[in-house]
Amino acid sequence: METRRGARMVIDPKVRQVGFVTPGSELGRPAAPEPPGAAAPVPVVANSPSPVIIPLLLIPDTSSLRTTPLPVPSPPSRRVVAAPPADDSMPLGSYNPSDAILGSSQGSSERTGNNDKHGSAPTDSLADMSLSNASTLAIRLEGLNVTNDGISNVLSTSTVRSAVAAAPTSVEHAFQTSSGQGIIGSVPAVSVDMAAAANPQAGIDPRPMPLKDRTSKAERRAIQEAQRAAKAAAKGVGTDIAAIADGNVANEVKSSKPSSQKKGLSEKKPAVFSDKKPVVSSDKKPVVSSDKKSAEKASEKDKRKDIPAPRMQFDDEQRVAKAKRRSLIEQTEAKNRVELFRHLPQFLHGTQLPSLESKFFHEDPLHPHPSVFQVGLQYLTREIVGGNARCIAMLMAFRDMINDYSTPMEKTLVRDLTAKINSHVSFLITCRPISISMGNAIKFLKTRIASLPVTVSEFEAKHSLILEIDRFIQEKIVFADNEIVKHAVTKIRDGDVLLTHGSSCVVEMILVRAFELGKKFQVVVIDSRPRLEGKGLLRRLLGKGLHCTYTHINAASYAMQGVTRVFLGAASVLSNGTVYSRVGTACVAMVAHALGVPVMICCETYKFHERVQLDSICSNELGDPDALVEVHGRKDVYSLRGWADSKHLHVLNLMYDATPADYVSMIITELGMVPPTSVPVILREYRKVPYVM
Amino acid sequence: MKSEEEISRRRGEVSGAVTYEWLTQAEAARFHKDPDNFKPLRASSLVGQQQQRLSDEREGLFSVIDEFNLWRSKPELAEAVAAIKALTAVIQRSEATTMMGLEIDLKKASEALKAWDETSISLSAGCDLFMRYVTRTSALEYEDIVAGKARLIERGEKFGEISLKARQTIALLGKDFVQDGSTILTHGCSRVVLALLKLAASNGKHFHVICTEGRPKNSGVEMANQLLSAKIPVSLIIDSAIAYTMEKVDMVLVGADGVVESGGIINMIGTYQAALVAHSMSKPVYVAAESYKFARMYPLDQRDLPLAPCYVHFPGALPESVIAEVSTRDYTPPKYLTLLFTDLGVLTPSAVSDELIQLYL
Repeated sequence: METRRGARMVIDPKVRQVGFVTPGSELGRPAAPEPPGAAAPVPVVANSPSPVIIPLLLIPDTSSLRTTPLPVPSPPSRRVVAAPPADDSMPLGSYNPSDAILGSSQGSSERTGNNDKHGSAPTDSLADMSLSNASTLAIRLEGLNVTNDGISNVLSTSTVRSAVAAAPTSVEHAFQTSSGQGIIGSVPAVSVDMAAAANPQAGIDPRPMPLKDRTSKAERRAIQEAQRAAKAAAKGVGTDIAAIADGNVANEVKSSKPSSQKKGLSEKKPAVFSDKKPVVSSDKKPVVSSDKKSAEKASEKDKRKDIPAPRMQFDDEQRVAKAKRRSLIEQTEAKNRVELFRHLPQFLHGTQLPSLESKFFHEDPLHPHPSVFQVGLQYLTREIVGGNARCIAMLMAFRDMINDYSTPMEKTLVRDLTAKINSHVSFLITCRPISISMGNAIKFLKTRIASLPVTVSEFEAKHSLILEIDRFIQEKIVFADNEIVKHAVTKIRDGDVLLTHGSSCVVEMILVRAFELGKKFQVVVIDSRPRLEGKGLLRRLLGKGLHCTYTHINAASYAMQGVTRVFLGAASVLSNGTVYSRVGTACVAMVAHALGVPVMICCETYKFHERVQLDSICSNELGDPDALVEVHGRKDVYSLRGWADSKHLHVLNLMYDATPADYVSMIITELGMVPPTSVPVILREYRKVPYVM
Repeated sequence: MKSEEEISRRRGEVSGAVTYEWLTQAEAARFHKDPDNFKPLRASSLVGQQQQRLSDEREGLFSVIDEFNLWRSKPELAEAVAAIKALTAVIQRSEATTMMGLEIDLKKASEALKAWDETSISLSAGCDLFMRYVTRTSALEYEDIVAGKARLIERGEKFGEISLKARQTIALLGKDFVQDGSTILTHGCSRVVLALLKLAASNGKHFHVICTEGRPKNSGVEMANQLLSAKIPVSLIIDSAIAYTMEKVDMVLVGADGVVESGGIINMIGTYQAALVAHSMSKPVYVAAESYKFARMYPLDQRDLPLAPCYVHFPGALPESVIAEVSTRDYTPPKYLTLLFTDLGVLTPSAVSDELIQLYL
């Protein structure tokens, strides 16, 4: 287990080298990071006729890195700074015109930012451009012919163009080589404008040529040095220093260029370069300029449109640290985290509460809407549990929020509201990880917001959104449940013994309805520690007058004998038919399967998800480990008191498990009874229309 | 030579991209160009209806059933098609002045038909299918009642052709699964299976068929007779010898009364047992069934099926206290089936549900 995870514990994104790699340079790269001070990069920018102006900040935003599982070459191209005033015809991104159009508004801001060198509008993907990646490129391209006309043209057209051209290449390269690490969108960001001024052709030609052969490693290096310089400048060193730095960059570029043309020397460069890299990354952290933030948001939004964001992996320290800084709530991490589940959030339960309470009267623009805040607290204290209840509560809170929403000045409703919902969702996630059904509901809401016509007034937009939310709750949850009940009761015959596990509201409705229809059957409620949710169900069923048996999951194999039907709820049904549900469901389903009892899963289709999951490990939720240790009402079971201090003890309180489709006889949805193999069909047929389902 | 070419061409037609929509296929169905074939029957039924119409209101329902029985008496006509024909007659006779009224009439008639024989799956599947077509055709709303009626009637007429076409398609698709020199076990008497085997034999395949006796209706004997008339070597076994015979069998080929949502089939009693034995001996079990037999039901076990009891003759006198428990059909779960030959293509059991979802939802 340890060894398996070992490889993934690496925090620094690494690029595996593929192809022709100089061994020396590869070895040199991961060398021990120098202390930040030692290698403080001389900030360098050229003061030659065509100085390289780097508007970017290098900020290790690993989170955004990870949100791009696909190579998206567009952002880098848009960030490439706009043409100099002299040359209006130059598209923003020198190789992707359409994208340039998209990014035009941003380009202008970049342009203004360029002048004072406070890295303007760096996108995350650029900002976290990992130097290692760039160096990779440099290494890759090393040894190729350099057809540079002169040192006087410090960064000639060819350099700039090749740098631009390099952007997609490196993206691809990173994608091929480092999928595991997720350095995907990182691209050397190059500002072209001055260079373009020097040679307008660079700007005019929107199509990047495969110019690998024209670029030298040294040039590349120069660019990166310059970027580093820009970053240092942005860090707050001040414009003056940056100006000085400019000169240094130029110097270095000049000095390095001839050397690169002598191929013999070139091998050293990557090593030197990579030595400095860790310094850079350590520098990056505290710098967050407001410009950068907005740009980041924008590009993030872009990406989210086409790519589902991967889940946060909590064994990634950088990201966790980042999330911590951002989060509204302070929470303490659990001490003895279960090794296998390190990627899941493991916080000490209840530690969020004080900070939440203290924040309640805090005036803060980032503060969540009171309704959302309340729902978040209710999630946290487990006052609201159950997929449907949580989803409805969240949607109602968002409804309130939208009702009270007014678009700030100079913002559009579509964008601002989406951002607002995102921040609220991340607040809810800190309270308790959201369920798949909630994720689907959020996706629905966001699609609705995004599809709002631009011409619609704010009032109308809000009104239609509220209607949509109401409709979603009605159709996807309330009516769906009624339909499920209608289908399911046909499967209950007189004399049946029905077994259920935990407490599912749909199953409860089914049982009550069948009872009201006068069917004669018995119910076995299987319960499991620590939540003992079955007790609530049992109480309600008994209140209605049903004949019940109550037992714990330990007795499942015994209780299953004589059972004729098993009805189970689900948190989600995944596209391979796997049922993701309250922990214990898989156990009950397997026992039932072994004894030949049909297992019926009752689940609304809005809970279906395209994801495929094979085990309960990669995505799950961890409950409070204390709950396992303590037994309510038993003072004598205290042998584990102070267990948290023991290094040798890991207590695992899983919330969900995955039941393979083999153990499921049928899935009852509002669309009818389908075998688990048909889940993808339903997903396909009913989500064609942008989330009508 | 030429005929072979033609066959392969036709096979290409059917096996290539057999995406299905009942309704579009209905459009394309021009196989059977002999509508006169059905005329006498309809005429006679119309006479019957006119006589009955004199009586009272409720007799409208009776006439549907009579109509259905009339159609069903035709040997080549499947039950589902007969049901559709009967419903078509209802349309013809309907005095409704609006499409809505027509729809209500149809609904009543189909309910009556279903209630008349609750056990028949293909009957209810046929009714559902036709009702589905009627309610789904949005174009009908814009037409006047006469045109709408004509269109529905035309559609109903075509179902008979579709039924024949489907059988041919299945035979074309399935005959390649019959290998030269193989032994095939079949259970019950199915027209589709018969068509498939006949086509395979006419294509020069040499194979041997083992028919079960098929109690209680002795349908296996009938099957054996039909096969013999097609000059296919047949041997007949008793139902209880399935396991005994299975080791020399290469594949099991059965028809189906109905194909249910799980991908399992409902067929003559004993199919489940044959499939179980075949499964345990790792022999493939193939099912030949037209897609109009796909039914929106999902039995979990045998008791989930509506009972279809029948009279069984037990030799010798039975003591009074003995209860003879007989059902005419059973449910075979999908995990015991290898493939289904349908006019939509050769499907795995799990693909049935996909087709059903697309058809009905």
